[in-house]
Amino acid sequence: MTVPLLEMRNITKEFPGVKALDDVSFQVAKGDIHCLVGENGAGKSTLMKILSGVYPHGKYSGDILFEGNVQKFKTISESEAVGISIIYQELALVPEMTVYENIFVGNEISNGFSIDWNETIKRATEMLANVQLDVNPAVQVKDLGVGKQQLVEIAKALSKDVKLLILDEPTSALNEHDVANLLGLLRGLKEQGVTCIMITHKLQEVMEIADKVTVLRDGKTICTLDAHAGEVSEQALIKHMVGREINNIYPKREHIRSDEVVLEVKNWTAYDSTVGRDILSDVDFNVKRGEIIGFAGLMGSGRTELALSLFGNPEGYKIKGEMFVNGRLTHFPHPQDAISAGLAYVSEDRKQNGLILIQDVMQNITLANLHAIAKRSVIDENAEIAIANKYRESLNIKTPSIEQTVSNLSGGNQQKVSLAKWLFSNPDILILDEPTRGIDVGAKLEIYTIMNQLVENGMSIIMISSELPEILGMSDRIYVVSSGEITGELPIEDATQESIMHLATRN
Amino acid sequence: MTFIKDFQHVLKQNIREYGMFIALFVIWAVFAVLTEGIFISSRNISNLLNQAGYIAVLGVGMTLIIVIRHIDLSVGFMAGFLGAVAAIAMSFWNWPVYIVIPAILLLGLLLGFIPGFLVAQMKIPAFVATLAAFLIYRGAILVVTEGTGTIIISNDFFNAIGNGFIPDIPIGILPEMHVLTLILGIIAIAFYIWGELKARKTKRAYNFEVLSRSIFGLKLAFVAALIGGMTWVLAGYNGLSWTVVIVLIVVGIYSFVSTRTVIGRHIYAVGGNPEAAELSGINVKKITYAVFGQMGMLAALSGILFASRLQSATTTAGTLFELDAIAAAFVGGVSAAGGVGKVTGAVIGALVMASLTSGMNLMGIGISYQYMVRGGVLAAAVIFDVATRNR
Ligand SMILES: Nc1ncnc2c1ncn2[C@@H]1O[C@H](COP(=O)(O)OP(=O)(O)OP(=O)(O)O)[C@@H](O)[C@H]1O
Ligand SMILES: [Mg+2]
Repeated sequence: MTVPLLEMRNITKEFPGVKALDDVSFQVAKGDIHCLVGENGAGKSTLMKILSGVYPHGKYSGDILFEGNVQKFKTISESEAVGISIIYQELALVPEMTVYENIFVGNEISNGFSIDWNETIKRATEMLANVQLDVNPAVQVKDLGVGKQQLVEIAKALSKDVKLLILDEPTSALNEHDVANLLGLLRGLKEQGVTCIMITHKLQEVMEIADKVTVLRDGKTICTLDAHAGEVSEQALIKHMVGREINNIYPKREHIRSDEVVLEVKNWTAYDSTVGRDILSDVDFNVKRGEIIGFAGLMGSGRTELALSLFGNPEGYKIKGEMFVNGRLTHFPHPQDAISAGLAYVSEDRKQNGLILIQDVMQNITLANLHAIAKRSVIDENAEIAIANKYRESLNIKTPSIEQTVSNLSGGNQQKVSLAKWLFSNPDILILDEPTRGIDVGAKLEIYTIMNQLVENGMSIIMISSELPEILGMSDRIYVVSSGEITGELPIEDATQESIMHLATRN
Repeated sequence: MTFIKDFQHVLKQNIREYGMFIALFVIWAVFAVLTEGIFISSRNISNLLNQAGYIAVLGVGMTLIIVIRHIDLSVGFMAGFLGAVAAIAMSFWNWPVYIVIPAILLLGLLLGFIPGFLVAQMKIPAFVATLAAFLIYRGAILVVTEGTGTIIISNDFFNAIGNGFIPDIPIGILPEMHVLTLILGIIAIAFYIWGELKARKTKRAYNFEVLSRSIFGLKLAFVAALIGGMTWVLAGYNGLSWTVVIVLIVVGIYSFVSTRTVIGRHIYAVGGNPEAAELSGINVKKITYAVFGQMGMLAALSGILFASRLQSATTTAGTLFELDAIAAAFVGGVSAAGGVGKVTGAVIGALVMASLTSGMNLMGIGISYQYMVRGGVLAAAVIFDVATRNR
């Protein structure tokens, strides 16, 4: 047998109160695309951070062998030096810098005493061609969509002569087109001899691209499956990940036909002065009690902007149009007013504007509704602890304690904290923006089940999602948004992937 | 030895919290040796606490300002200016002192809203807005003291704030000591121990992480010894001064509000992530106004304490207070990245800054070197913040 490109042996890593990895071993053969799957908090990101030197040698136990040699990385640059490159779960580009600056940041091309910009731009252009990204290298990264930013990240990794490329949930923020693009690119790289480890929660992608799959659960390796031996199927993966069979991840529910309109929006137009154009034009829709309304569309179609403009308009768009909550014409000058009127908005970007990462789980959960646990403005500590523990249990948030800082939780568990926070505000209308981004199958099922319970109790849910199966599996009614306009309304009976995609690409 | 291991672990985990105590301890030990004990004499410690008073109140306010990711450079001269206004009101306009003090505090609050407005509404960087205010107040002090120069304050009640001590109860035991101070000290220790024990019990009931028994005992003993030692030293001189009483009240209120109330939680949320706070229904503008407003009020209090201490308003009052206040906040563990920092820490920070000044004065070190040392301490405190932030 040939020596594997990478071998990790008996890796154990502990954080205060958590055994994130417990005697994990796994091997990656040269030229493979090797997927790493597992529930939220299983330890996937931690394992990759050990491999890339984020957690230096000595802070974990076990051995890393790369190309047969024992490696003791103390820093990221040491792992880069042998040809390991990692792209993190959260993108790490500098938004204000240009594409070419970003590609070579920390790795500048110098001509003796200063940066050689001509050479930099030339090489950057080559790298961009390599990842089939057709943009001007001089544009600022913040002007690119997430999908393109992702490709810039890969170009950056490739500029360092990589042998092993690690991608931590690269597709969680991408639309279907960009995902297909990315997977194609990975196949191309494989042909050039680049080995790849990819973490993902989207099993569809695993089926499509993986040569081998390793499943982690609770910090332990469960198994490694070989796709070419026909061992990889969605059912098998789910079973190994969750430890039980899940047959239908979209739990059944009676579609409710209520006539009580709780939210109605008419001729809603929003002008964004920072981009200098209307980002929403003439949007009309309504939400009835006990309904789950799906907002489908491509990434960047204006659905988040719509949600924010309704939710107290924190971005300060200039708005024309009318909004009726429970039949009454209303206007929310501030998110506070929207919350008092019974709205809640679970943001798509939990790090940026969903959570306070430096605070603990408990403080995050109670933040939007502190008055409920305060007497004359003084917080009742016992009540706060009780509330936080209640949501920790009901949402099954994996954390050693509610006093854990949220930044120490795995991505999926952070999402649950964000959801808990808004459930505690006890809304009538819950807006969920990409509610299951970065969430494992088991947790998805949990969240869907909770959504069903909520609507059964009379809550109405607006679910913005770019995942068509989710839209089709959960909605009672669907609006399709494209370029800031509603291009169609579909009752669930008439909706198919094709009909939605057709409307989503109409503008 | 598990104890030593535990101890090292706890120290490492909480270095931000305990670092300032270590710094204070080291500074006192060094000065005690270099001044052959004069530094830790009752008289000097008593003076030191009074000097730390007007920095401590500024530091407390500054902590909240830095927590919400801003800065206020104007507090020093604002304090000087408001002290001068107080002196004028009493000496020239003959306003009674019980009107002057609340009026000045209110004026401070209102003046604080001005940078609040510029920062929250106009989106001007706090650094620039308060730098402008810094110059304006500097000019204003010169304007109001132009004809008179130093304004002498002759109101006894006002002057007692910065120089007087609480009365004693004559019960005949320990004639050399200030008995009321000792009694208050004992009560404070009892309260502290009771509070900590209660907190530990609740934490254990909820299965939260608590200090191991021996470390917890050590911590209690250390703090009790600190309070006890301080009380003993003060009781051997004139007892507790009014300044210290005022500072303790201010810190007590601030500590309660910042950790236990809704507005306190909102302030820290805004500091931790303003976008998320806004979307959670917190009005970031209002919080910004409130925090700058309270800073103005504390600057007024600081001005009163200082004028009272000197029994006069001078043309240079307030010079470099902002540096000491910012340094006190950073030594006290506030983070430049926002969202982190306790107001109680600023008091220790203020003690550190006042100790440096006092100790260097005792040793006869020239003012030029004193500036350098204070600047160096500020830089060191921020370096410490950055270096320990990711724990
Ligand atoms: N810095 C940290 N401090 C404390 N605990 C941590 C830290 N980083 C991770 N953990 C814990 O280690 C465990 C594994 O986390 P990790 O981020 O590796 O999960 P993951 O498999 O990547 O999950 P996800 O799919 O949600 O991203 C989790 O329980 C997490 O809470
Ligand atoms: Mg992860």
